[in-house]
Formats: sequence, structure tokens, C-alpha cells
Amino acid sequence: MSPVAVSVDDVTKKFRVYHERNQTLKAAVMRGRRSVYEDFHALDGVSFEIPEGSTFGLVGDNGSGKSTLLKCMARILYPDSGSVVTNGRVAALLEVGSGFHPELSGRDNVYLNGSILGMTRPEIERKFDQIVDFSGVEQFIDQPVKNYSSGMYVRLGFAVAIHVDPEILLVDEVLAVGDAAFQEKCTEKFVEFRREGRTVVVVSHSMPSLRSMCDQVAWLEHGKLVETGEATPILQRYLDSTRTDAVTGADGQVRWGTGEARLDKVEVLHDGRPVEAVRTGDEVSIRLRYTATERIEKPVFGLAIESHDGVYLWANNTRDAKYSVDAIEGTGVVECRIPRLALQPGRFQVLASIVDSTTTHVFDYVREAAWVAVEFGDPVESGGYLALDGRWS
Amino acid sequence: MSLVSDLTSSRELLANLTRREVKGKYKRTALGQLWSLVNPLAQMVIFTAVFSFILRMQPAPGDPSGLDVFALWLLCALLPWAFFTNVVNGGMGSIVGNENLIKKVAFPRVTLPVSNALSVGFTWSLEMLVLLVALVVAGAAAWMWVPAVVVAMVVLLAFALGVSLMLSIANVYFRDTQHFVGILLQAWFYATPIVYPVSLVAEQSEKIGPLFGSVTLLDLYRLNPMERFSEVFRNLLYDNRWPSLESSLMCLGWAVLSLGVGAYVFRRHQTKLAEAL
Repeated sequence: MSPVAVSVDDVTKKFRVYHERNQTLKAAVMRGRRSVYEDFHALDGVSFEIPEGSTFGLVGDNGSGKSTLLKCMARILYPDSGSVVTNGRVAALLEVGSGFHPELSGRDNVYLNGSILGMTRPEIERKFDQIVDFSGVEQFIDQPVKNYSSGMYVRLGFAVAIHVDPEILLVDEVLAVGDAAFQEKCTEKFVEFRREGRTVVVVSHSMPSLRSMCDQVAWLEHGKLVETGEATPILQRYLDSTRTDAVTGADGQVRWGTGEARLDKVEVLHDGRPVEAVRTGDEVSIRLRYTATERIEKPVFGLAIESHDGVYLWANNTRDAKYSVDAIEGTGVVECRIPRLALQPGRFQVLASIVDSTTTHVFDYVREAAWVAVEFGDPVESGGYLALDGRWS
Repeated sequence: MSLVSDLTSSRELLANLTRREVKGKYKRTALGQLWSLVNPLAQMVIFTAVFSFILRMQPAPGDPSGLDVFALWLLCALLPWAFFTNVVNGGMGSIVGNENLIKKVAFPRVTLPVSNALSVGFTWSLEMLVLLVALVVAGAAAWMWVPAVVVAMVVLLAFALGVSLMLSIANVYFRDTQHFVGILLQAWFYATPIVYPVSLVAEQSEKIGPLFGSVTLLDLYRLNPMERFSEVFRNLLYDNRWPSLESSLMCLGWAVLSLGVGAYVFRRHQTKLAEAL
């Protein structure tokens, strides 16, 4: 077990939900008591440990207490009972650019914000160029920040925060800032953080980013810890649980959707015949058989492949592949052809879906729609999930 | 989590916050930093016109300096008073005004009211410097008393800071505090011998005689800490003599008490600020 970066021990945090809050003296005097309130348990006996060097995600629905927990780690809120112990310098990216003074220049604000976040002056001086470079606002650094566009404002704030050099970084969904190029820079910075063995704690609703970033997660529900551990399986269970209409079939298959169209069968074909095993490099097709109980305009069929241990490897749908299906009604078949299967030997599951043209409304989504075993074929490579047919020279 | 260690470990933050307040306050004004001098000057002109010219207030000449200039006599108590009210008003709003920061960033909260007091103290020092020059020009031997004045200024800063620490917390829970304090400060201003000499109060007190036991009106009047501070500053700057030991100790006592209570209240509540706001 690696050393612990953050240990959360039986943390309980109550908030007062005021029915009548006496924030004015008049109210207090007239009513003769301070306020009427009820306790609301934002966190209720939560305990877990975050190992050093891990990227740790906190997931849960809105109001599950994950942001509260993050604020407890950041020492903005203090738990009513229990304790949060952090080993190392903590920096929190809860909101960037807070504490900027609009009338002061970008330069002054970097120093001000840096010191609010706990940097010393020589430290800021040393990193000043990096910060400005990262933010991409060099030209405007001596302008008052109130003249900045909101994007520049956020970028400068983020640049300062990320250069604090914390051993533990707490992030609350601020990754969604700036344009694509800036986002890429941020992602790179996070990768760098991980490589340097720092601990990152993330609160996010974005499953893809959690899935790709985190190695461990804690799942909170109504202030209670549901489970904590390996990211992928927990994220999966969390995702499944949020589909209130998810049904678990007799064979353990999980599916959800409104059901106007259903996937009857998903088959993996090789040489035109359904098979259970294929070889690396084979041409394979995945055939979806469906039944639509009513006419559906412009449906989108989707496929995804996950490894046996739940790593999300590939996804493809008819909309992105520019194959438009005008309408479906009754039963039918669609097929997706994969010219060379770039998977290493192993077991993989196929996920399939039928969604509407906006890909937001799910008619049917089936996990483990099919399993396929991949055997040694061509090329033979040393390991991993993918067979990319690497050539040495 | 003692406040003192919080402050010493965040000296730079304190310096930067103070700089922010000083720099940001008069940004984009034509007069800039000069504005901090304009206010007391305007007050001086108004009060001199009303109390010296119209009401014929005649404070005793400085003893032993021999100064007899109402405007200077006024300023010696008016500047400390203005400083006090600015620290209290600014400090009171420092927590509520930085709500965003407190909810999103962890840093020693006490730096907010303290940096406010320091930035007001900075502009006050400039004002005092100008006053000092004026006093010297008018013929007072004020230079010699500078060290003592600085000590008195630090003691007043401690007193004002203590009050502002208490009120900054109170204002989070009851936003009425700031309006209430506005009125209170107005009354307090006239309860302090700034525009009139103490001797007038002493006369009235003589006439009335002891209120109960041997306690006179003057005794009650002199419980006002700012009365003592006014006396000390006037003694040092205008009269050029040592203030009485009693008044000096009273000032010190008030400062220690106010700072002690202020720090206690602040420390008890600082961890709850993020949710209370």
C-alpha cells in the first residue's frame, strides 16, 4: 500500500437549512429567537483514503456531497465531526480567478492571486514567465483585468492556480474552460502532474474524463459513501445506477432505454458467419438486429468495445461515420464492417445502442450485447489491448 | 490555529492584500492617492468654519508649545478619529465583501481585516506626515515627539483592529451591523472631544455635581476610549508634552482588551465563515 495523501476519517458535515433565517436584527428581535432551521447531512460518516500519486475521482449525483467533501479537503469548510488529514501542500481549483482585483493589471493580479494561493514572492517571480506563457495573455499582462475577455480571465486564473506546485491538487470541474487548445494544455499539465507522482482529486460529472483520468474513485450518494476503489467498475456501476430504467436481464445483461426500438441480437461475424472467436487482423462485421415498434426518423446506431476488465477502447456510431439511416420501422438489420480487427488476444465485450438523431434520447442501450474472444492472428505483438501493427526500422 | 501564526506565515499575502487595497482604491481617479488627503482637509475646512468661525470655539493654546490654531488643534484629534472609523468600516465589510474568495479559496481569513487596517494605516501615516509638517511650520516642536506618536498610532491601530475583527464577524451574521454601526459612529464622534475641548464637558459636569457617589459626568465621559486617544494625540502633537500616565495606560488597556476580544471572537468563528456567507 502506498503512503496516504489524504485520509478522510468518519467525516460528517451538517448544514442548516433555514426555513426562516434571521439575518437582520429586526427579524431576530421580533421573533425573539435566532432562526428556524433543520439540519441537513451533506456528509454522513464518510471514510476513505487517497493513496499518494493517484488520480482520485469523486462521483455522485448533484447534492451527494462530493463538492462539500472537496471543500473539506481544501479547508474551506470544516467537518462537524471526523477529520480530514492531508499530507502535503494542497491547492484547490474550485473557482479560478477569484480574488482578482478588476482595476489592477494582470501582472499585479498574478502576484496577488499567487500569494492568496500560498506562493511566496520569489516563487511567483520564478514562475511568472511560465504562468503568463501558459495563460497566453502576454500582450495584455499590464492591462487591468477588467478589460480581459472572460476566457482570458479564466485562463490567467487557471494558469496561476496550476503553477502553485501542490503535492495534492483538488479540482472541481474547472477543466471545461477555454478553447480547445487551452484545454489540451490543461490536460497535458494534468498528465505531467500524474507523472510526477502528485495526487489529484477530481470532482466531475463527465464520465469520459473521469474514466480516462482516474485510477480510483469514491462514489457518494446522499452524503454517504457507497463504495470506493478501482475506478472503472465503480464508474460503471454508478452509471448503471443512474439509469433508473435499467433492467438486468436473466443473463446479467444490463440494458436501458425507452424501448420504441430494441436490439434483438448483436452478432460478431467473420466470413459471413456468426462466430465467438476471431483472430487479430481478421475482417469482422458486427450485425445489429432490431425491432422498432413504431416509425423512428433518423435513428443512430452505436457500437462500443470494452476490454474484459472494463477499459473503454472504441466507439463508433452511424452519425459520426456519416451513414445516415432515414427511418426504421419493424425489424431490420444494420452491419458495421471492421476491415482489420486491431485488438490483441483477449476477451472483449460489445456494447450496442439505438439513440435518436441528437444522440441524447436512448431507445435501447445494451451492455455486454456480445462477447468476442480474440486469438493470435496477424500481427502478433507483445501486449496491451491494441494491435497497431508497429514496424521497427 | 492561532491567529498570530496565521499572520506570520502569510506575511506576503498580507503585504499583497494591503497593496491591493491601497492601489485599487483610487485607481482611475484624477487625484489618485491625493484623495486620501482631500477628505480630512475638507472636514477640517467645514469644522473650522462651523465651530471656530461661527460657534467661536476657543480651545486653550498648546501648553507648552503655545500653538493657537483651531484647524491644527482639530486635526490632531480628527485624523486619528477618521483613521479609527475607516478601519472599523472597512474591516467590518472585509469578510462580507470578499465572499467569493472565502467560499472558494483556503487562506488565513484574518488577513482580510488586518490588511484593511494596514492599508488604512498607510494612508493615515501620510496624513499624519502632512499634519506634522504643518505643525512644524506653525511653530510646534513636533519632530521630537514623532517616536511617541508612532507608538500611539500603533496602539490605536490595535484598538481599531480589535473592534473591526469583532464587527467583521457580527456583520456576517447580521448585515444590519454595518448600518447600525454607521449611526453609532456618528454619535460616538460627538461624544469624543474632537470639535470641542474637554474643558466644556468638565464645566457642565462641575455644574451638575456628582451623579451618584463620587462619580461625575466627566468620569463617565472619560470612559470613552477615543476620548483618551484624542487626549494623547493632542498632548503629543499640539501641546508637545507627555500625556498623563493614566491616559496612556487607559489607551493601552483598551487596545489590549479590544484586540483580545476581537481575536477571540474571530478565531471562534473563522472556520464557519464559508458556510455562513
